[in-house]
Amino acid sequence: MKHLVSVSDLSREAAIAILDTSLEMSEVNDRDIKKLPTLRGKTVVNLFFEDSTRTRISFEVAAKRLSADVINFAAKGSSVSKGESLKDTAQTLEAIGADAVVIRHHASGAAHMLANSGWVKGSVINAGDGTHEHPTQALLDAFTLRSAIHADARGKGLDGVAVAIVGDIAHSRVARSNLVLLKKLGAKVYLVGPPTLLPSALISQADGYSYSLDDAIATFKLDAVMMLRVQLERMTAGFFPSEREYARIWGLNADRLALLGSNTFVMHPGPMNRGLEIDAAAADSKNSLVLKQVANGVSVRMAVLYHLLSGGENE
Amino acid sequence: MSEFTLVNATLADGSVANIGVTDGVIKFIGDQKIGEQIDAKGLVALPGFVDLHTHLREPGFEQSETVLSGSRAAALGGFTAVHAMANTMPVADTAGVVEQIKSLGDEAGLVQVQPIGAVTVGLGGERLAELGAMANSRAKVTIFSDDGKCVSDPLLMRRALAYVKSFDGVIAQHAQEPRLTENSQMHEGNVSAELGLAGWPSVAEESIIARDVLLAEATGSRLHICHLSTAGSVEIIRWAKQRGIKVTAEVTPHHLLLTDELARTYNPVYKVNPPLRTDADVKALREALVDGTIDIVATDHAPHPVESKECEWSAAAFGMLGLETAASVAQLVLIDSGASNWQRFSEVMSVNPAAISRLESQGQKLEVGNVANIAVINPRTTRVISGGGASKSSNQPFEGIELPGTVIHTIYRGTFSVRDSKLAK
Repeated sequence: MKHLVSVSDLSREAAIAILDTSLEMSEVNDRDIKKLPTLRGKTVVNLFFEDSTRTRISFEVAAKRLSADVINFAAKGSSVSKGESLKDTAQTLEAIGADAVVIRHHASGAAHMLANSGWVKGSVINAGDGTHEHPTQALLDAFTLRSAIHADARGKGLDGVAVAIVGDIAHSRVARSNLVLLKKLGAKVYLVGPPTLLPSALISQADGYSYSLDDAIATFKLDAVMMLRVQLERMTAGFFPSEREYARIWGLNADRLALLGSNTFVMHPGPMNRGLEIDAAAADSKNSLVLKQVANGVSVRMAVLYHLLSGGENE
Repeated sequence: MSEFTLVNATLADGSVANIGVTDGVIKFIGDQKIGEQIDAKGLVALPGFVDLHTHLREPGFEQSETVLSGSRAAALGGFTAVHAMANTMPVADTAGVVEQIKSLGDEAGLVQVQPIGAVTVGLGGERLAELGAMANSRAKVTIFSDDGKCVSDPLLMRRALAYVKSFDGVIAQHAQEPRLTENSQMHEGNVSAELGLAGWPSVAEESIIARDVLLAEATGSRLHICHLSTAGSVEIIRWAKQRGIKVTAEVTPHHLLLTDELARTYNPVYKVNPPLRTDADVKALREALVDGTIDIVATDHAPHPVESKECEWSAAAFGMLGLETAASVAQLVLIDSGASNWQRFSEVMSVNPAAISRLESQGQKLEVGNVANIAVINPRTTRVISGGGASKSSNQPFEGIELPGTVIHTIYRGTFSVRDSKLAK
C-alpha cells in the first residue's frame, strides 16, 4: 500500500491489519517513553489547506512518536484565490524530499489528484478532502468501536454491529468514509437525518435509513450512534428551518440517550456543537466514546504511517 | 480560382459521382471531369460542417485559443463555418466587437466565422444588449446567447425572444437555473454523492427549458436550446415540437459519448457545463438525435489553458475541446451504430445548423450552382485520439479513445482549407 486516499482502497484484511497495528501503537502510547525509532530519517509533511488544529496535531504527534521529522505546511492559497497552485505546492514538497504528505484540502478529490498526478513520489495520506473522505477518522472510529465491543479485539472486525450515522450525511466526509469502512468490517450501517441532507445514492449503500432519530432508535437495535457535527454554513442554506428544530428532531438528548439503553455507545468526530446535535448528557455519559476517539486518533495515525512508510507486512 | 474534380465521391444518399468545382461553385455532379482530378473513391463528400457553438476565446483569452487557431481546428474537423460564442473579453455585446470577430475570421480565411451576440450587456443578465445593432452590423448576427450563463430572469428572456422577431433572430439559451446549481461541479446522482462533489441536478436544466418553450410559444419567437444533456430535456423538446413551438435543440459530441462515471478519476478534463450525465441520458440523447427531436450536433468547443485544468476539480474551469472530433462522434452515433444514415448526419452537422443561423452559403446540399463548402471524410479509418490537435489548448476529453472516420479534405468556398488531412495554410 502506497497511499491512503480512500477507505475503498483498503481490503477488509488490510483494514483489520491497520487496526491491529493501532492496538500495538496504543500500547506504546501508554508507556512513559512514548517513542519508537521506526521512521527515523523519514520526513512527513502535514499539508493543510484548511484549518484543522485537531487533525493536524494528531498527525504531528503520530509522526513524532515514530521518530519522523515533521514539517507543518499551512497553505492558505489555492488556484481559486490566485495563491500557489496545488501542483506548485506539491512540487515544492517533492523538492524538499517528503516521504509522506498528509493533505487536508477543501476540494473533494485533492488527495486523489496528488496521489495520481506524479507530482510527488512519496506517500499521500488523505486527512480530509472536501465533502469526500476522511479515511483516518473512519479507521479511528472503527478502532474505538471495536475496542469498546471486544475485550480482545485483535484480528476482529465489526460483524453484526449496528451503527447509526446521524446528521448531515450529504456534506460529511466522515460519514462517507465510515459508511464504506464499517460495512467492509461487517457492521450494519444506518443513515439518519433530514431528507435534505440524506442523498439517495448513499442511502442505497446503507442497511437502512430514517428521517427520524426516534424511529431509528426504536427500529434498528443500535450498538452505537455516531453524531455528526452540524456545520455552520448548513444552518443558513435552508437545509433545515432552524437550529432549534434540528436539535428537537435529530439531536441526541437525555431522553433519547435513555431510549438507547445502557449498551449503546455514543460517538462524535468532534468538535461538538453541544446543545445542537448532542447534549451534555449524551456527550459526557459513561457510554460516550468521544474522548477515546481523540486518544485513539494518534494510535491509528501511527499505524497508518507505519504501514505506508516502513515497508510493513502489507507491502 | 482553382478548378478541380473530386472523382468517384460517395454522396450522402449513397450514390457515387464526380463533383466538379469552378470559381468556388459546384459546377457539376456527374461523370464529367474538369481541372485537377482528385481521387475520392471510398470517401464521403458532404456539405461542409457548421458548428453553432464554438468558443474561439478571442478577444481576451488568446492564451486558450484565437480565431486563427480555432479556425484551423475547425477546418481540420471538416467545418466550413463556426459560430463564435459571445463570452469573450470584451463580451461580444456590441456591433464593434462582433464586427472585429468577423474580421478576424475573414483574415484567417479557413472557415466562415459567424459571431453570436450576447443577449444581455456583459452577459450580466440585467438588460438587453444592442441586439438590433449587432443584427444590422457587417457581422449580420442572427443568434444571440449568454452562453456560459443562463438568461434566468423570465421577464428578460421574454423580452429578448420578442425583440429578435424583428430581424428573424433566435435566442440560444444555456438552460441552467442558477439557484439550483450554486457551486455545482458535476451531474447530481450516485457518482456525485460518492465523490462528494456538489451536484448539478437535471431539473435545473429541464425547468428552464420548460419555461422557455412556453415563452417561445407565447411570443411566437424562435428559441434554440444549447447543449441538451438530460433525458427529461428531450421529453420537453419533443412535447414542444408536437405543439408547433419554434424550438430547436443541440447536443454536444461529449454528451453523446461520455458519462459522469469519468468524474471518478477526479481529472478535471471531464469537468464541463452542463455536466456529463448518465448512460440513460446518453441513450435518450442519441435516440433524439436520430428521430429529429434534437436538430443538430454542436461542439461547445471550449479551450482552456493547462493551469485551468491541472488542479483540483472544484478549482478547474468548465469545458472541453470538440472541433476535431465532432464528426467522428457523430459518425459513431449515427452511422456505425446502424441507427441512421449519412443524410441524417448531413442534416445534423450542416443543413440544420446553417438553417437555424440563416447562413445562406452554408449547409446547402451538394448541388450544381451552390457554393462549394464541402467536407470529404474517410469513414473506414479509425484513430486513437491524443492531444489537442490544432487548438492552442489540450483539454481533450476523448484522449485515448478510438473513434471512427477521418476528415480528408475540407473545401471552403471552392478552396482547400484542409487537403489530405493537412492544413492548406
